[in-house]
Order: sequence, then structure tokens, then C-alpha cells
Amino acid sequence: MTVTTTTQSWRGVAAEDKDEIPEKVTVLLRARSRRLLRDLLRPHRRTIALLTGIIVVSNAAGLAIPYLVAVGIDAGIPPMTRGEAPRTLLVVVAAILGAAVAQALTRQAFLKLAGRIGQDILLELRRRVFDHFQRLSLSFHEKYTSGRVISRLTSDVEAIAEMLQSGFDSLVTAVLTLFGTAALLLLLDLHLGLVALIPLPVLLVFTRWFRRQSALAYRRTRETVALVIVHFVESMTGIRAVQAFRREPRNQEIFAALNDDYRAANARSMRLIAVFMPGVKLIGNLTVAGVLMYGGWLAFHQEVSVGVLAAFLLYLRQFYEPMQEISQFYNTLQSAGAALEKLSGVLEEEPDVADPLRPAALPAPRGEVRFEGVRFAYVEDRPILPGLDLTVPAGQTVALVGATGAGKTTLAKLISRFYDPTEGRVLLDGVDLRDLEEPVLRRAVVMVTQENFLFTGTVADNIRFGRPDAAMDEVRRAAEAIGAHEFISALPQGYDTEVGKRGGRMSAGQRQLIAFARAFLADPAVLILDEATSSLDVPSERLVQRALRTILADRTALIIAHRLSTVEIADRVLVMEQGRIVEDGPPQELIGAEGRFAGLHRAWLESLA
Amino acid sequence: MKSYLRPYAGKLVVSWLAALLGVCAGIVFPLIGKEVVDGPVRSGDEGALVSLGLVAFGVGVAEALMIFLRRWSQVGPVLGLETRIRDDLYAHLQRLPMRFHGEWQSGQLLSRATTDLSTIRRFLGFGLLFLVMNVIQLTTVTVVLLNMYWPLGLLVAGSAVPIIWVSLRFEKQYIKISRQVQDEQGDLATLVEESAIGIRTVKAFGRRRHVYETFVKNAEKLYDSSMRRVDLSARFFTFLEVIPNFTLALVLLLGALAVGTGGLTLGTLVAFTTLMLQLVWPIASMGYILAMAQESMTAADRVMEVMDTVPEIRGGTRTIDDPRGHLRFEGVGFRFDGKPVLRDVWLEVRPGETVAVVGATGSGKTTLTALVPRLLDVTEGRVTIDGHDVRDLDLSVLRAVVATAFEEPTLFSMSVRENLTLGHRQATDEELREALEVAQATFVYDLPWGLDTRIGEQGMSLSGGQRQRLALARAVLAKPKILVLDDTLSALDVETEALVEEALRHVLREATGIVVAHRASTVLLADKVALLSGGTITHVGRHHDLLEEVPEYRELLAAEEVLA
Repeated sequence: MTVTTTTQSWRGVAAEDKDEIPEKVTVLLRARSRRLLRDLLRPHRRTIALLTGIIVVSNAAGLAIPYLVAVGIDAGIPPMTRGEAPRTLLVVVAAILGAAVAQALTRQAFLKLAGRIGQDILLELRRRVFDHFQRLSLSFHEKYTSGRVISRLTSDVEAIAEMLQSGFDSLVTAVLTLFGTAALLLLLDLHLGLVALIPLPVLLVFTRWFRRQSALAYRRTRETVALVIVHFVESMTGIRAVQAFRREPRNQEIFAALNDDYRAANARSMRLIAVFMPGVKLIGNLTVAGVLMYGGWLAFHQEVSVGVLAAFLLYLRQFYEPMQEISQFYNTLQSAGAALEKLSGVLEEEPDVADPLRPAALPAPRGEVRFEGVRFAYVEDRPILPGLDLTVPAGQTVALVGATGAGKTTLAKLISRFYDPTEGRVLLDGVDLRDLEEPVLRRAVVMVTQENFLFTGTVADNIRFGRPDAAMDEVRRAAEAIGAHEFISALPQGYDTEVGKRGGRMSAGQRQLIAFARAFLADPAVLILDEATSSLDVPSERLVQRALRTILADRTALIIAHRLSTVEIADRVLVMEQGRIVEDGPPQELIGAEGRFAGLHRAWLESLA
Repeated sequence: MKSYLRPYAGKLVVSWLAALLGVCAGIVFPLIGKEVVDGPVRSGDEGALVSLGLVAFGVGVAEALMIFLRRWSQVGPVLGLETRIRDDLYAHLQRLPMRFHGEWQSGQLLSRATTDLSTIRRFLGFGLLFLVMNVIQLTTVTVVLLNMYWPLGLLVAGSAVPIIWVSLRFEKQYIKISRQVQDEQGDLATLVEESAIGIRTVKAFGRRRHVYETFVKNAEKLYDSSMRRVDLSARFFTFLEVIPNFTLALVLLLGALAVGTGGLTLGTLVAFTTLMLQLVWPIASMGYILAMAQESMTAADRVMEVMDTVPEIRGGTRTIDDPRGHLRFEGVGFRFDGKPVLRDVWLEVRPGETVAVVGATGSGKTTLTALVPRLLDVTEGRVTIDGHDVRDLDLSVLRAVVATAFEEPTLFSMSVRENLTLGHRQATDEELREALEVAQATFVYDLPWGLDTRIGEQGMSLSGGQRQRLALARAVLAKPKILVLDDTLSALDVETEALVEEALRHVLREATGIVVAHRASTVLLADKVALLSGGTITHVGRHHDLLEEVPEYRELLAAEEVLA
């Protein structure tokens, strides 16, 4: 098997990147990127105008120096050789010093201002994209993968920064020189000037070709680097499994293939420049040579003066030089353009779970949850919940029971609005969840999953994630309430112990306890526990369950657990099967009846052995 | 570094030669124009005009060609270098032990593998060449100037003193600040990574604002250091432009005086100043190039930091031809950051035997199991398989003998098939089916594309129980002699768990098993139980005996509170 085909199979069937995109789409994408760029630049309009002014002054001062030196020699020295006072010379020298200082000051102002704009935009872009990623729903993240998120927020953002920092300077200077020189040439001698500008169309066509090609090439670079990043991040995140299962050689193969794709993409764009830059140079040189011969012939026949010809040769050189600068700028622009394309794409994504237009208020949530004709499907014709009606009165503790895939977690996710129902509605205290603003909803509903993700930081930081403004006291009380205080105090630095990367220094059970404390601290009206005690040993679980009795007394709770021990604290049991509720009642009643729950309960008792 | 460039020596020579010739052609080209104006045009020699014109065409083409050659021949070496270092970095990271990965955020590693390596590439492809060219140009011109009129030449050479002095100071500050910027970029990448992987937790608690603020705080920190870097380089760059211009003014003044006193001809002064003007740009651009050089040095330092980390866990040379799976812990101790986690652990598991490890949350069960495939290394004593210290075994041999199903299964965003065959790539469909049946994970056949369905990163679209079953199938598929189940069944419902346990019994008959367990039902998979307490194994025995004799064990495993 060749490396490419295996890479393909590694990417599975759902590869989302397209290498070739139709012309129409390209135009759309470009327009979208430009909109974003304009949007980013708009607040800096004035500064950019100011900058342009500064560049003009700076360049003028810079160009004045050689001119002043010539004046100094031509006009300043002769009086001195005649023994007169060196007044002119001193004036010229002073002027040179003045010009040098002016240039230095404007240059410094320019570099600082341009740098500031670049950094400002970078910060703004980071903020915007980060915030947007956080806004996007889980269904988006499940497909997009964290590697891509990282790639957007690092290498793509950096590409734009580079353009802003280095590009602006060369572009403005180049454009100024280009137009200035063209005007000068035509003024000097219209005839020869026009001749000198003949290759311009060729140059434009050539540039157009380059622009097209390099847009493609840079797009490819961004894509390939993103794949490198995604693979890199995933294998570093899952390094334990990689090492345990001797995945290294295969990973190395995949990485080498991706890395080589990236190399090839880079090579293509570098080769394009390797053709384009000397190409421009060639056109310029040929023009100069042509003008040299034709102009020489004209001068020979006294149709232009020798002085004009000499000036022409000097300026022509200057005329084609900026084209290289411009194309250099084009490089950074292309790479930034490809990055902008991806970033604007992300910013265009709408969260599936959108914020309400007219948010409803929910001043003191009681915690009554109601499902009205709720249908939900991840894939169109495979509904997980075909149609669900359910009311959970405020304060009730409900245990959800059923086999894997029965729809328990889906139901929980609908209440915490990780997803919106395909049909029907979910209500909290009579308000459709879709009418609630996110912070309001999250204050009312909290879900603890089996994942127990811990962030880098201390134990206290992680518990406080439930309520960032909580005092240390409250953090400790939360930990005590669910029985985590003991193990936390035994840690080297107690609550200030670093949990390590993703909580790596804690055991699975400890992570779960911290996650529990976090949820408890958040103090929601509705608490959802999805397999939240699965990693705990029996004594810890017992502690948690005892704590739950008090914790859940005054709030609505939905508990999903395979260990039926949890059911004991429930007021009501719902047995689910294929997305439907097949049994519903207080636990005692269901155990007594000869239904599914009774069967499950028996099986569980046997498992305790 | 040298070894990375060696294969490209030929191309590099071509590239540098082309660069040199290109510069020469660039210098000659305008001279032809001067010749034309001074020669044929004045003398009216048509033939000379044509021949000089042809020379101009030739040199013009040559210059373009040299630029092309320089750029084209550079592509291979420069990108080859970057790609190979990245490959090597990745390989090295895969070799580094869990301990390293526990300490290093992947964001920091990532910024080394991408941003830093690109910085180095850019410097090698562009900066280095111009650095050398500039230095050559500067020294040549200075020497020419000294020859032309030494007092003024000395003045020009003297102007290098402040430039060098400031450059050195600049470098020191710049290294510090650019290192800081690069590190902060890595930190930011880490934050992004956490916020993306932990998105469910962030959402569940509605902590978008909180996470966002943390991110912005760090982004602003990066902004501040970046701005300090901008300011520093702005000051330095302008300084580099001012000095040659000031020197020029001085030269003009003193030169004019010398001309006045007859020490210098006007023509020489003109030539002198014209040449000096050629110095301004190379000096000014040195600032940019030096900054680039600094950045790539820091980048190289950062990369070497990782590359120089010696993998603590390196495989031995010994192989086992026909492993039986006889596992022994002999006085094993493990310390983490000096804190003892395990001490004096003695445990023997005979071939085909299964032992359950029971202990309270955080008692070191997972650590104990990680010592077998050497995800961690013992700090005292030894672990042996069939009498061989695991540290003497070839790593890939060892890890083929031992397979672990982790409690928190790591799934990758690739097809189900590739996720399962992680440890056993040649597995047939038949073997896959068997393993999936043992793990009760045949649900994968019902996924939209069956085994070829690409599951999201970390298997996010699957339920916890489903992920655990896939991880179990993965371990079973590897057909290891020693199978480690680290609380692998915790997220399964009772019925499924019973089915899995039934199937596992068959698998465990063929293999040596270590089962980390919280539940009596799982413990019953084992022939004997080891109780881990206070960092060591206090009791080994049969479940029922321990239940009766050891209060601590009873406390841990007594039936969960049953509905009254």
C-alpha cells in the first residue's frame, strides 16, 4: 500500500477538505476574506492614513539625502576652493543632518505605529475567533476537532500578523515609487517613456498568473500545515495509548507523509516565487536593455538629450524594483489570505444552538423541566428520541435507567441545551430553553459527565470553575460536602496542588470527585449527573450518595447511572428503551411490579454477589 | 545542524554561487548604461551601441537566471531541513516517556514543531544569505574607501564602533524578549488547546466568559511583550539608519575641507560619497536580519530543549521468543517528585492467572499497572516477565506482550478500524469481529460506514460506555500474553457488564490478567485479589476470604447499599 492511500484511509470517509474548488466558490471565499480584513482594519482607518503620510515624509527624507550630497558637492565645494566662507556647505550638511533625523524619527514612528496596528488587529482577531469557537455548539466541535481549532488560532493568526507587520511598509513604499517613477518617466520624455512602459501589460499578465497560482499554493500550504498540527496534537494528547500499543512506527509514517505534503506545498509556493521574482527582474532588465539601445539610437540622432537618457536608465531600474517588493508583499498577503479564508469561514459558522433574539427572564429558577413532543435525531432518519413528553416537577430526583443507546444521555444533553430538539420543545419553568440566554440557562442547569475534564491549575481553581467568584471557604465546603476534602487535604499542597496537564496527577476517581465538588459549588436549580460516579470506589460512592441526599433535597435532579445503587435516592425512575419511556414510577413500585426495572434490579443485585 | 544540511551540499553550493554571481551581475548591469552614455552616444559609434546593447541583454538575462537558480536550488535544502527536523522532533517526542508528557503541554510542543521551525527555515532561506552578502559588501566597500582616502575611510570604519556596540546590547535584550514572546505564544496555544478539548465542561458550566477572560488576559500579556519587541526593534532599526547618514554628512563636511585644502580631489570625493551611499541600505537591513537571526537562535534553543531531553525509558535488547506471561513485582517502589506512591510491592501472577487489584481512590492502582508496559519505570525493585526485568526487554517486544485497556480510553479521530488495530495492524476482519464481540462493541457495525466510520477526536460522539468497550476491544485484539484492565468496565451498564465479563473469562484463561476493580462483579473475574493500601500490597487472597477476614477490604467492596 502506498503512503497516500493509507493516509486517505486514516482520514476516514468524512474528509472535509477539498483540494480543488470551483472558480465561483473561490470568488466567494475571497470576498468573504476581504470583508473580514476590511472589518479588522476599519477601526484603524485614521492611523493607517497617518501612517501613509509618515511613509511619504520618511521616503522623501530618505531620498533627499543623496540629492543633498550631490548639491553639497556641486554647490558647496566650489566656493571653498575659491577660498570663500563654507556657508553653502554648512547649510547643506545641516540639511543632511536634518533629513537624517527626520527620517529616523518618522521611521521609528512608523515602525511603532505599524507594529501597534498589527498587534491590535492580532489581539482583536484572537479574541474574536476564540470567543466564536467557544460560542459554537458541541456538534461543531465534535466534527472540527481541537487540532483544527488550535491551528486556526495559532498558525493562521500568525500568518495574518506577519502580513500586517512587514507587508504594509513595503506595499506603500512600492506603490509610491511605482506611480511616482512612471509619472516621472512620462514627464521626462513622453515618447521614450511610453516605449519604456510597453512591457507593463506583459508584467500585469504575468503577475495575474502568479497571483492565481500562488493563491492555490498558499491555500494548500495552510491546509497541509493544519493537518500536520491536527495529527501532532492528537498523538501528543493520546501519547499513553500510542506508547502502550506501539503505535509509534505507524504514527511516524503518517506524520512523515503529512509533513512531506506540507513540504511539497511549501516547495510549490517557493518555486512559484523562484520563477516569478527573476521573471519580473528579467522583464525589467530587458526593458532597460531595450531602452538603452533605442534611447541610445535616439540620442545618437539627437532626439533625446544624453541627460534624459541617463536619468531614464536610473529611474527605470527603480521602476521594476518595487514590483519585486510588491510580489514579496503578495507572498505574505497570499499566506495571510489563505488564513483569512479559513478564519472568516469559522467566524461565519452559526452556532446550532443560537442565542435568543428576545431573551426571556428567569429570575429565580425553580427547576421544573418539561419535554413537549420532543423529537431528536443526530442523523436525519435515525431518531434517537422519536417523540417524548415528560414533566419533571421542581425538586424531584429522577433516575434514568436503560441500556446503552436508549437515549438517556441525549435526553440529558437536551436539558442542558448542548443540542436543540429537531422538533418540539424543552421547557424550564415553562420557558422554552431556546429563549434563555446562555449564562441564565447555565446558572440554572449544570451537567456532570464522566469526562471530568480538569484544566491546568490547582485543585481549588478547578473546583472554583463552578463559580469563579467563590471564596476559598466555599470551595472547601463544597469539597467537604461531597467527601473530597479528605483526599485533597492529603495532597502535597492541599487545595493549591497543581492537578497537572488535564488533571494527569490525579486518579480517575479523584478527578471525578473534583468534578463533583465543582458542580456542587455551581449550585444549580437543575443538576444532571451522567454516570458521574462510575470511577469511584464503593466507599467514596457511598459518601457521594449520602451527600447527594442533602444536596438534591431542594433541587431538580436527573441521574443517569448504571449502578442502581443511585436509584435509591430517586423519587422516580424512568426506564428508557429506544428513545421512549417504557416505565415510569417510584422505585419501590417498579421493583414490586414485574416490569423491566424489576428485571434490571434483580440482575444488579446478582452482580453485587 | 550540519548533518541535516549535508545531503544538500551540492544544491547549497549552487545556490550560494548563484547568489554571488547574481549580485555581480546586478552591479555590472548599471555600469553598461554608463558605458553607453559615455561611449557610443557621444562618439556616435552605432556598432558599439549594438554590441553594448547585446551585452546588456546578456547580463540582464544572466542576472535573472542567477536569481532563479539561487531561489530554485534553495527550495530543496531549506525545506528538507525543516521537514527532517520536524520528523525527528516528532519521533523523539514519541519516544519520550509519559512523565515528560505529563509535564509538557502539547501547546508548547506544538509551537516548537511549527512556529519555531518555520522561523529557522526563514532565516536559513533568506536571512543567512543576506547576512553574509551584507557583511561581504560592507567590508569590501570599507576596504575600497580606505584605499581611496584613508582619513575619511577611517572615519567610516570608525562608525562601525557604535553600530557594533549597540548591536551587541540590542541582541542581549532582543534574545530575552523574543524568548518571552515565543514562550507566551506556546502558553496561549496551550490555553486554546484546553478550551477546545474541555469544551464540554466549559459549556456544561456556562463558563464561556471565564475561559474567554483567561485567554484574553494571556493574549494581552503576549501583546505587551510583542509591543516591547516592536519598540525595541524600532529603536534599533532607526539607529542603524541614522549612523551611516550622520557619517555621510561628516564625510561631506570633512571631505569638502580636504578638497579646499587640496588634500583630496573633487572626483575622489564624488566617488567616495557615491560608494558610501551604497552602504546605507546594507547597514540598515542588518537590523532586520540580526533580529531574524536572534529569533531563529531562540527557536533553535527551544527545539533543542526538547531534542536534548534524554528519554528516561529506553528499551533493552532482550526479546522473549515464546512469552508465557509470568509476571512478578519484586520489591517494587515508585516515587513521584520524591513522594512515595508505591513501596515494597511483591506480587506474583502466574501464566493464565488473573489478579484483581483493589484499593481506595488514589491508592496507586493505575500507577502499579503502568509499571508493567513501562509507561512509568520503577524507582526501586523490579518488575519481571518470565524472569526478565522489563527494563532489559526491547520496548516493542514488551509492549506486544502487555496490552492495557485504560479507564479513560484514548480514541483518535480516525476510522474505527484504525482505532482498534492500533496494536495489531494485520488483524483480519474475523479477528476484529471476535474482539468486538468480547467487548460487546458490535454497535460499530451499525455506524453509518461500519468499521470505516471516522470517529471524532477522543470519540466525542460516542458514549462513555461505548468508548470503554472500544478500548477493551483494542486491548483484546492485540492478543497479549498479559492483559491489563484498568477499571475498564466502570461506565458499562449492568447487563452489558455481565456479558463482557462472561466473554472476558475466556480471554483471560489464555492470558495473564491484571484487573483494577471497584466492584465485586469485576473482582470475580480474577483468581485472586491483591489489596493495595498505603502504597503497598497488604493482602493477597481469594475474594470471599478477604471479604470475611479483612475489614478494610470489606469496607471497599462490600455490596453497594441496597434498596431497602
